[in-house]
Amino acid sequence: MSDKTRMARQFIQALPHAVALGMEVEDIERGTAVVSMAYDERFIGDPVTKVIHGGAVSALMDTTCGAAVMSHPTNPAGTATMDLRIEYLRAARPGQRIRTTATCYHVTRSVAFVRATATDDDADNPVATATGTFTVEGKR
Amino acid sequence: MSFSKRPEPVQVVKQRRDGVLRALVEGVPYIQFLGIRFERRGDELTGLLPFNDTLIGNPLLPALHGGVTAAFLEMTAIVTLSWGLIWEDMESGALDLDNLDHAHLPRLPKTIDFTVDYLRSGLPRDAYARARINRSGRRYASVHVEAWQDNRARLFAQATGHFVIPRRQG
Repeated sequence: MSDKTRMARQFIQALPHAVALGMEVEDIERGTAVVSMAYDERFIGDPVTKVIHGGAVSALMDTTCGAAVMSHPTNPAGTATMDLRIEYLRAARPGQRIRTTATCYHVTRSVAFVRATATDDDADNPVATATGTFTVEGKR
Repeated sequence: MSFSKRPEPVQVVKQRRDGVLRALVEGVPYIQFLGIRFERRGDELTGLLPFNDTLIGNPLLPALHGGVTAAFLEMTAIVTLSWGLIWEDMESGALDLDNLDHAHLPRLPKTIDFTVDYLRSGLPRDAYARARINRSGRRYASVHVEAWQDNRARLFAQATGHFVIPRRQG
């Protein structure tokens, strides 16, 4: 792992809200990031089914997408979310870890384009997908 | 009988509506986790997100985490939509006011998709949100939400989402 990647990982894992949700950066390299989050009863959105709230999935998606932008080889100094769309394909299984993989597939001087997928233990059957555009700051 | 047409005492009306809203909101753990509250004026709801340090994304700015903003908007959309669906039964007496837990309340709407437009960074202070139900059919609803901090006219984020309306319990 390069120094830059290590720094990006430390930066992401230290974000106060990422800490609050217990996010763990599993992989971050060259525009692709994998971040996961354990199931937690405090994150439940539907008290009847015990399924985690979409907002918690959004936070994970947003963090992972931002991490993917930060790790892109074009070397953005910073990024902020401009727009994020999430599609909830199915309910995540209560008790299972959610893992998001985001890919920053295009970067211009000012904008980064990202796609992400979230899965639970059934990795072939995504829980949610996301597309986002992010700002690119301080790029040389 | 003219007797029954007398308007209900205001405290009875308020107690009923506030009680149902409280049950709706308190039963959702993630609302409590983020510390979101809802204020009511008649049937109009305003989501309130009191600031705390765990909501920060980028500590250098500092700014609210984009995921917090998204969750706050989605929560406001869901609660406002659900509140709209419950309203009629609550007012007509069809809703069982003695059993106001989520096992008895109508099921919450399910999010199909949610698109957040981040207009400016969320400052480290309280945020407010209001949702407008643009369409609520038998099966689907389309909801728009706006969030602001210091100035109502200066939104820091807005969102549009589609939801599946829960089937009414028989």
